[in-house]
Amino acid sequence: MKTLRLLILAAGLLISWQILVLLTGVPPYILPGPLPVARALITHFPVLCTHLGTTFTEIVVGLLLGTLLGTSTAIAMIVSPLLKRWMLPVLVISQAIPVFALAPVLVLWFGYGMASKIAMAVLIIFFPVTSSFYSGMQRTDPDLLELARIMGAKPLAVLRTIIIPSALPAFAAGVRVATAVAPIGAVVGEWVGSSAGLGFYMLHANARMQIDVMFAALTILAIVSLLLYFLIDRLLDRLIYWQPQQGTTL
Amino acid sequence: MNAPAIVFDRVSLEFADKPLFRELNLRLEGGQSTCILGPSGCGKSTLLKLIAGSPALPFTGSISLDSEPPGGQQAAWMAQNDLLLPWLSLLDNVLLGARLRHEVTPDQREKAVHLINEAGLTGYEQALPAALSGGMRQRAALLRTLMEERPVLLMDEPFSALDALTRVRLQNLSARLTHGATVVLVTHDPFEALRLGDKIIVLSGSPVQVAKIIELNGVPPRDPGDPVVTAYYPELLKLLMNNGESV
Repeated sequence: MKTLRLLILAAGLLISWQILVLLTGVPPYILPGPLPVARALITHFPVLCTHLGTTFTEIVVGLLLGTLLGTSTAIAMIVSPLLKRWMLPVLVISQAIPVFALAPVLVLWFGYGMASKIAMAVLIIFFPVTSSFYSGMQRTDPDLLELARIMGAKPLAVLRTIIIPSALPAFAAGVRVATAVAPIGAVVGEWVGSSAGLGFYMLHANARMQIDVMFAALTILAIVSLLLYFLIDRLLDRLIYWQPQQGTTL
Repeated sequence: MNAPAIVFDRVSLEFADKPLFRELNLRLEGGQSTCILGPSGCGKSTLLKLIAGSPALPFTGSISLDSEPPGGQQAAWMAQNDLLLPWLSLLDNVLLGARLRHEVTPDQREKAVHLINEAGLTGYEQALPAALSGGMRQRAALLRTLMEERPVLLMDEPFSALDALTRVRLQNLSARLTHGATVVLVTHDPFEALRLGDKIIVLSGSPVQVAKIIELNGVPPRDPGDPVVTAYYPELLKLLMNNGESV
């Protein structure tokens, strides 16, 4: 049923796209229809796959490093109130500075290779992961903590057995957001300065007025990002089996 | 088990700038089951938290145990909410205290399995709390409390969320398994207090006062038709309805 719904949704989007092209009569170098884009996708598939490999590596490595950094920071803030007082402003500042404005600086520091794009993805991911995990841990049921205190629990055991598992559903929400925004970080990084990746290839195609190729790269990026999101979503549901599965309805 | 008495000596506590307890003196006998009865919000649960040594409640006066058993922690706590960890199996939830102290031994596991059997939960050792009924979950919470082997058991309306039949069954199980310990059971149900208590202390007023102390004959759990239950029930109900004022 879910697959059928997705197929209907995709077909609906493609039809709407084609209708928009037909009704507005925009030239193909502004908005090509789905068919020329599909043709470009097939023709340029091997090249697109090579560039996808680069972008996908940047996204996945950025996601892993950003999640690791975010969880470590959140745990450190829970364990040490002193660190919390110092880290909270840093967290807010990390969001206050527009990350996209940092892209040229990151390219300057880390070069034209993958490192600057990974750093960009890490910067984007860091805040949602840290803040969701930290606030999840802070919202641990006080009765559970009181029970642990009366039981004479060791602090690290409380962290491992009660606080962290309690916060994992909130952490999962943060990772889902991170998975959705990680491709943005990688592609923006590629736009600023790179020699490979789908973002680079899109700029390259744009400069040569190959708008259909540009849309083909965009399509492949969207499909892979969606697949990655659904994969992570499924994985989190499977691993954090105690999180509520029923959605709220009115 | 050398179960100590709990002695409140001139205990005063303010809550939101209002006195909750003022110079409260109370003795809860060792090895007995004392039921604290009172209307909602009168401070019954706070009384338990004070005994448990909650750092969030700065009181004056003293709360002491008359015979200090060896070892650190002396009280185990069971709340209205079962507080089972949804990511742990029933067996691991029963062993929670030992896990949190890094003290899980084969003997502890054996004891937990034995208690699970006593409570009629054999076959559910590896089940997650989400797969258990409300009564089974509360039984698991009771076993987790008993696994602590503490001389003092603090029970905060542990059966109030259950249906009538499950409640009676669990009261019987609880009375059987907690026999010999100093049990302080907070409840707003006079019937439960009459079934499970050796002594009933009725609290009322603001600041909280002891409105009445009733010593009960016989061994808990009393049958619902026991003369002690039927004799005191109307009186306790009236007392609660009149907020502690005798009629």
